[in-house]
Amino acid sequence: MEFFVTLIQVLDSTVRLATPLLLACLAGLYSERAGIFDIGLEGKMLMAAFFSAAIAAVTGSVWLGLLAGIGASLVLSALHGLASITFRGNQLISGVAINFLASGMTVLIAQSWFQQGGRTPSLFGGGRFEPINFPFAEALEGVPFIGPIYSELLSGHSILVYVAFLFVPLTWWILFRTRFGLRLRAVGENPAAVDTAGVSVVGLRFAAVAICGILCGIAGAYLATALQAGFVKEMTAGRGFIALAALIFAKWRPWHAMWACLLFGLLQAIALRFQNIDLGGVVIPVQVMDALPYILTVVILAGFVGKAIPPRAGGEPYVKER
Amino acid sequence: MEKMPKWADVVLIPIISLLLATILSAIVILAIGENPVEAVNLMVTGALGSTYGWGYTLYYATNFIFTGLAVAVAFHARLFNIGGEGQAMLGGLGVAIVCLSVPWPHWTIALLAACAASMIFGAAWAAIPAYLQAKRGSHIVITTIMFNFIAAAFLNYMLVNVMRPQGSQDPATARFPEAVHLPTFQSMFSSAENIVFRGAPANISFFVAILACIVVWALIWRTRLGYEIRAYGHSETGAVYAGISPVRITIIAMLISGALAGMMAINNVMGEAERLVLNSTEGAGFIGIAVALMGRSHPFGVFLAAILFGFLYQGGAELALWTSIPRELIVVIQALVILFTGALDNMVRMPLEKIFLSFRKGAE
Repeated sequence: MEFFVTLIQVLDSTVRLATPLLLACLAGLYSERAGIFDIGLEGKMLMAAFFSAAIAAVTGSVWLGLLAGIGASLVLSALHGLASITFRGNQLISGVAINFLASGMTVLIAQSWFQQGGRTPSLFGGGRFEPINFPFAEALEGVPFIGPIYSELLSGHSILVYVAFLFVPLTWWILFRTRFGLRLRAVGENPAAVDTAGVSVVGLRFAAVAICGILCGIAGAYLATALQAGFVKEMTAGRGFIALAALIFAKWRPWHAMWACLLFGLLQAIALRFQNIDLGGVVIPVQVMDALPYILTVVILAGFVGKAIPPRAGGEPYVKER
Repeated sequence: MEKMPKWADVVLIPIISLLLATILSAIVILAIGENPVEAVNLMVTGALGSTYGWGYTLYYATNFIFTGLAVAVAFHARLFNIGGEGQAMLGGLGVAIVCLSVPWPHWTIALLAACAASMIFGAAWAAIPAYLQAKRGSHIVITTIMFNFIAAAFLNYMLVNVMRPQGSQDPATARFPEAVHLPTFQSMFSSAENIVFRGAPANISFFVAILACIVVWALIWRTRLGYEIRAYGHSETGAVYAGISPVRITIIAMLISGALAGMMAINNVMGEAERLVLNSTEGAGFIGIAVALMGRSHPFGVFLAAILFGFLYQGGAELALWTSIPRELIVVIQALVILFTGALDNMVRMPLEKIFLSFRKGAE
């Protein structure tokens, strides 16, 4: 029974930790499916985390904070679009620049606004997303097995967690069941064909980059206003890159992305709860757990466990006439 | 027909990009309520106003020359090596192992051995992404990013569990023995009555870095291998047609790149810290990207850009000391330089090309 309680607790924290990964991963999915590589997920999340926490701290409203976070992330998305779509620059270099821009600007602005060494004041009350308790969650807690699963694992998360998981079927539906999704995927595979069909490549790609910005914005806001209570320097801690890894792991498919993010979330949850894991004599150091998402991604990329083939036109700026 | 004269491409575009980055940085400083002119004054006196300041500026520049060259060599083969950070970390591990395990009689021999070790370790860390890119088609950018994180976890493990001296709480190796301490600028250039570079970390590795610039220049422009690397970077199909093996060039270019990034460790680990600590690279691997982009992947350009970033780093530290502007201002400037010289290159280039074309039409 004790094992079961621990398991539920670990899974509960898996869901919490997987949420920002999932949002960022889906963000990258839209962008990369449209042929725009985005290694700036990390930067966009960080910028959104800061602005959501800052505005929530100043106004006391977490919803305004969320909007500010999405707005900040969208600004960086626009910059990425400008560099990689309009001026046909190198998408990877643009992503690197965005990451540094966010990492520097957040501390600079935080110091200028709050003078607390690059952090925002702690959020409380209306400044945070509160957990949502499902009906009868408390009443059912005593029921064996189903009770803890219902009231601990499923109930009691903030609304953004449910939003993130709802985005999985929504993304699947948009990409594979709508005209917009078909065109978006086509523009990532063969932009010339889309152009010939009379659909704007630039417009579609900007739309994809904008969706990416919105989702990264929600991911950042979740980090600063739901998972934690306020912004601290570099609080994304490589999550943007883990999301990128999950995206490759999932081979650019929404449902697989969810499972990949849950897996990486589980690894984080385990690393957080147990430091060094003793498996009957063999000790797995905590650093192995930290590195595992990246190692798994390299293995997948190496093509030993099924080949990860990115969208064909990914990373290539589209030139209408040569 | 070239749209622009060569000097415009090599000199004018980087200068305009730098100017744009500077103007935006000034606006950022204004926006956080500080005076940009005063800030520049402070940075110049802090970084260039004394031999002490120069000692720090050149120390940082040494790091950036190595990582900048690393990124530049990969750029020539049209490979984007973001893994300089991880490769430099591993280079540090190599230096630490060499310095701690052998009782070196003199620093000169130790320096040679440390150079070799840092190059081997750095190159080894670049070898796996290189192999995966060349043979399995995995994207080098993604794999090198992943390898940065794996390197950080690996180094953390080595320092906490293996190399930490007994009884020490600090995740760091023991201090290197006296015999392998590199001569600093202070001991090299001071006379009895006039002590210069007092306490600054610049050391003899600066000259190793200059040597590396010359070697890389000769390699890229004066050897057959360099020609093959450049040919492959310009056109893969052309290179294949000429009998150049993409697999071989990809792997060799990445090995050289990783070795150069690893060599940074002789400066920051052997020259300055004199032991291996966590996060010894302090992001220098990433600054190499900005340095290589600004230096247009030419060793001389890399040298100048590295000095500029050394100045920014030391100047930024002085700013953080005397004003309320945090050190992260440098990260913003770095981002803007990468943005304008790298991603938004066409924004500067397209109008310039138009101007030059209209000039030419006028002349005809």
